[in-house]
Amino acid sequence: MVEERVAALSTRSIKREAKMWALRAAISMTDLTTLEGMDTRDKVRQLCHKAIRPDPTDFSIPPVAAVCVYPNLVGAAAEVVGGSAVKVAAVSTYFPSGQAPLDLKIAETTQVVADGADEVDMVIDRGAFLAGDYVKVFAEVAAVREAAGDACLKVILETGELGSYDNVRRASTLAMAAGADFIKTSTGKVSPAATLPVTLVMLESIRDFYRNTGRAVGMKPAGGISSAKQAIRWLVLLNETLGLEWMTPQRFRFGASSLLNDLLMQIRWLGTERYQSPDYFTRA
Amino acid sequence: MGVDDTLAPRPDAGLPMWEYQESRENPDLAEVRDRSGLWINGEETEPLSGKWFSTIEPATEGHLSMVAEAGPADVDRAVGAARDAAAEWAGLPPIERAKSLFRIARLIQERSRELAVLDTRDGGKPIREARDTDLPLVAAHFFYHAGWADKLEYAFPGAAPRPLGVVGQVIPWNFPLLMAAWKVAPALATGNTVVLKPAETTPLSALRLAEIAAEAGLPPGVLNVIPGAGETGAELVGHPGVDKVAFTGSTQVGKEIRRRLAGSGKALTLELGGKGAHLVFEDAPLDQAVEGVVNGIFFNQGQVCCAGSRLLVQESIASEFVDRLRRRLSTLRVGDPLDKNTDIGAINSAAQLRRITELVESGQEEGALIYQPPCDLPERGFWFPPTLFTDVSQSHRIAREEIFGPVLSILTFRTPDEAVERANNTPYGLASGVWTSKGSRILWMADRLAAGVVWANTYNKFDPASPFGGVKESGFGREGGRHGLAAYLRGVG
Repeated sequence: MVEERVAALSTRSIKREAKMWALRAAISMTDLTTLEGMDTRDKVRQLCHKAIRPDPTDFSIPPVAAVCVYPNLVGAAAEVVGGSAVKVAAVSTYFPSGQAPLDLKIAETTQVVADGADEVDMVIDRGAFLAGDYVKVFAEVAAVREAAGDACLKVILETGELGSYDNVRRASTLAMAAGADFIKTSTGKVSPAATLPVTLVMLESIRDFYRNTGRAVGMKPAGGISSAKQAIRWLVLLNETLGLEWMTPQRFRFGASSLLNDLLMQIRWLGTERYQSPDYFTRA
Repeated sequence: MGVDDTLAPRPDAGLPMWEYQESRENPDLAEVRDRSGLWINGEETEPLSGKWFSTIEPATEGHLSMVAEAGPADVDRAVGAARDAAAEWAGLPPIERAKSLFRIARLIQERSRELAVLDTRDGGKPIREARDTDLPLVAAHFFYHAGWADKLEYAFPGAAPRPLGVVGQVIPWNFPLLMAAWKVAPALATGNTVVLKPAETTPLSALRLAEIAAEAGLPPGVLNVIPGAGETGAELVGHPGVDKVAFTGSTQVGKEIRRRLAGSGKALTLELGGKGAHLVFEDAPLDQAVEGVVNGIFFNQGQVCCAGSRLLVQESIASEFVDRLRRRLSTLRVGDPLDKNTDIGAINSAAQLRRITELVESGQEEGALIYQPPCDLPERGFWFPPTLFTDVSQSHRIAREEIFGPVLSILTFRTPDEAVERANNTPYGLASGVWTSKGSRILWMADRLAAGVVWANTYNKFDPASPFGGVKESGFGREGGRHGLAAYLRGVG
């Protein structure tokens, strides 16, 4: 029934003011991301300026929630966004594979926080998870949680490698119990990345965790969400599973890069009923 | 009379939601004429009865069209047209019948938006369901049976399948066009000619189907559509020129038809009422089961013969499960059926609304506890909010009688044996759903449930290749698949 529910909700027709609200909300929930081997300080600097002011011609557009970068570039990002509303998120724990000893993962996490990361996006050890060593997965998340201190901890399950909805649910619960502030679908390095059905299963886990413990955990789909139309489907799913209280950057994020400009284009379209050339939207 | 205070919305029950704006499908996509005549012998014709009745839009109670009512002389005329066309239609090379059905299927696909709007306006169902469920299935039924038309000998090896002749078909209002397709497609594929009587509250799409069939090149007289109420139906099934009767509707009328046809030599299939049960075991994936239960009872406002109108939930998880159901109910969007975001539309008629209301009142009087999420219902039109009853006993009317509305009666069970016993403790036997993570239990239950369909970890799954029909007082005969063909053929054993 997961797919059926998603299929039904994907037909919701979101128009006019409701759409405008969603597009602006989606911008404020975006973790603008660059995670490439070729990333440089200047690339990150450009991205950060885009994050603070997504549309230089329209000051009413909110900034994105965060920029998400590799550990090496946390300092470069913090220099630009420091003092703005935009947070610095660093991937950690030997992203994307997570195949490293725990003390290195802890050291990496301690380092990114010291360098100015407000948020830490860690990966779980899928090898351990699939081998049934849930204790190890739990202990690692808990240890990184501790190392991250006050930073917001997002735990990447890499659902594309987990193989079943049962596993997605189990990994979600495990991550939340170990202290995750957000659970996140994917690194973006594995296909499939974020899908709506997997997101629904994770949202339902969040709902159950909230019901059982009173602690509200956030959700971050990441990877492959590049159009405003897709983003709105995610927001509908969120709305009808967890409700308006989750529809804030404190509880929901999109991990994305090209999504931002499509959101801006659609906002412009709603205002003018015309599509503007992509050249009018800055590319970071 | 009881209202369940413990079921009042809790902080996690009715979460505030982001408001979607109305997104209304254009009602003018479907042309509705002032007058809709009978369809006999390949053309629209005035009724000899001289009688016309109004069909309305249940969501607004507004008048849609004046529809011709077929009287005895009209029924005679329609059966005569079908009789005259029978030999030629049956004698065509089967591939020609297949082509006609293919063309009908294609035209339905091309005009699906129009037809969805027509059924939504005339019947009250949400456009989302008409568009995403009814119409794709309608086309699929014609495509599927087109494929069989020239392969009947392979469907029944060693037999010499022959058509029955003239088929009189009477269909209900809950899926106006889909029920027409379920009836017409197999009858035509097997070489029969048809006189179809649509329900008096939803005649428009069946008449449009007849036009489409003519456009597709179906010869005159092969498909005749004669609107009317119960008297017209009685006239049709009793007409001596009819060789076979296929009826979908209430068990009460089904019984009358069977009595009437006894000794007449006419073939008969009946698809009647139901009181379907969901059986939710403690190891079921609860959120998925909630989705299935919601779909099972609130699809088409619960006006579905195979609706899962009883929920039998294992006692160990009952309270948690009901909590989840209640929360889910609060997210259902009730209102304008033409709004693409509507989940629950209008009840089909004032009479049906009266029946639902009466049964719900009986539930309260008999001591069951009612829960309805807060929802604003439109002032005009026929509406009933999604409703749950807890503390229901087997002896309550709401546990025994078919309500045919968005009303779920919740009972509990302790063991698999008790689940089977309670599920089967009804005169009906159309459909049931088993929810468990354990595959062996699904098979064990399916062997024991007295139901024509047992869905496992899903509900309301339909496919033209899958035979559908009931046992006990839910009827006999199957629609769909090879079994469905057999109901329209002689010489197949």
